[in-house]
Amino acid sequence: MAVTTDQVVLNEWVACGWHGQVPMGQSYDTVIFGQEICVSRKGAEEYEVAVIEENGATGRTLPVQVRYTCIFTTLGNPTRPLPVIAEFDEDDRRIIGCGSVGVRTSPYRIIENFLDMAHFSFVHTNVLGAPDQTEVLAYKTEHRKDVDEIWALDCKFYQPAASTASAGGQMTDYVYRVMSPFSVMLYKNVFGDPARNDAICLFVQPMAETECLAYMPMALVDEISTPEGIIDFQQGIFLQDRIILENQRPTLLPLDPTIELPTRADASSIAFRRWLKAMNLQFGIYEKQAA
Amino acid sequence: MAIKLHDYGLSGSCYKVRLLLDFLELDYEVEKIDFYPGRQHKSLDFLEINPLGQIPVLDDDGTRLRDAQAILCHIANKYDASGRWLPHDPARFGQVMMWLMFAGGELMAASAARLHDVMGYRLDIEAARRNAHAAFRILDDHLTEREIEGGQWIVGEEPTVADIACFPYTALAGDGGIGHEDYPALRNWMRAFRRLPRFQPMSGIAEFT
Repeated sequence: MAVTTDQVVLNEWVACGWHGQVPMGQSYDTVIFGQEICVSRKGAEEYEVAVIEENGATGRTLPVQVRYTCIFTTLGNPTRPLPVIAEFDEDDRRIIGCGSVGVRTSPYRIIENFLDMAHFSFVHTNVLGAPDQTEVLAYKTEHRKDVDEIWALDCKFYQPAASTASAGGQMTDYVYRVMSPFSVMLYKNVFGDPARNDAICLFVQPMAETECLAYMPMALVDEISTPEGIIDFQQGIFLQDRIILENQRPTLLPLDPTIELPTRADASSIAFRRWLKAMNLQFGIYEKQAA
Repeated sequence: MAIKLHDYGLSGSCYKVRLLLDFLELDYEVEKIDFYPGRQHKSLDFLEINPLGQIPVLDDDGTRLRDAQAILCHIANKYDASGRWLPHDPARFGQVMMWLMFAGGELMAASAARLHDVMGYRLDIEAARRNAHAAFRILDDHLTEREIEGGQWIVGEEPTVADIACFPYTALAGDGGIGHEDYPALRNWMRAFRRLPRFQPMSGIAEFT
């Protein structure tokens, strides 16, 4: 597996593990962008990440941050910091990670699926969508230039069981936020408390162009559900997505809008792809763009 | 009388038990286990429930059982008055047992491939896929013979616990990177199974194959 030469993606922070994946004093090998790395747990919340050279020797040490239940690193010189997600610092939040899940597709397909509401009624039937209420109402997208993020606002969808805390159906308000090509999150209103939002993240570890690990940390307002129940719910949703994701062709993401014709409901995907195209990134992209 | 299932949504073995409980319209309580990432099934508390550290476990009115196949037999034996799911006649009983053992044995290679691909278990993925294909070949050949005889199910003219036990990891094979392309009889059988009254899908079961 060759390491990508795409400097744009090499300069991003990406997840490379979840906190607690190995006990203190132990390490594991994994891959980002085709580069083998070794993640060692040195202390309770202290990790060290190092490149593994082709001859197996330990190479240079990489920057590392432990945030949002995940371990992040970078092979380059990040132009953007890790996103600030304030909900993870609120005292009454339930902070829950779900480990990682392997997915054989381009990282951006995973991000796009997370942004998509049109599939709720068909893939998450009777949970995140009802078979008789499939309409994606018009919503707004914007590129926030100050933080260089893509946002989708005023999203609404009828959900029979929006979360483990739900006691019935509700019109759920969503806000989506793409923080980097490999990280996305959503805010959805809490069942029974319209003033507060659950924060649910999806961080993608791109191992290779069509080989990823997905991490789903959450900061929830939920005093009732057990952690086991919350994890079971979230993983159940993601495994419904996973089978769809692994069957999408091409696995690489096309940026030419004539290859996969978008509809109005795909406004967030249109904004996302336009943003990726402007970055001129090539890793995981269907068309090899001019450098 | 209360039935409690120690359950994990993504477990194909737990799904076997949920399928039969649903087919028989039995009420049951669920105790969720954080199998991944929490490895709760290996915790000291859970090892007291099942020293093998495996799910599912069924608590039924004072009886505690492990092993999905054993649990299927217990539920069918106790609650299915028709005897349809666990036939006792000499022509079918032995065959049902044989395919139950196959489901808990050879077929579990498909589960291993899935644990590797989905949850990152470190194991020999090539061997797991090879063994799963070998098991699917055997089940597909058997179901082809059954089709030639005019049958649709693994044993006899009606679905049994053998079909329930073999269904999950066959249907979930795609999660472990194993396709159904070479197994037309398996695909026919899975379609028939999904059409059973009160059938409930689980995450990862393709609705389109």
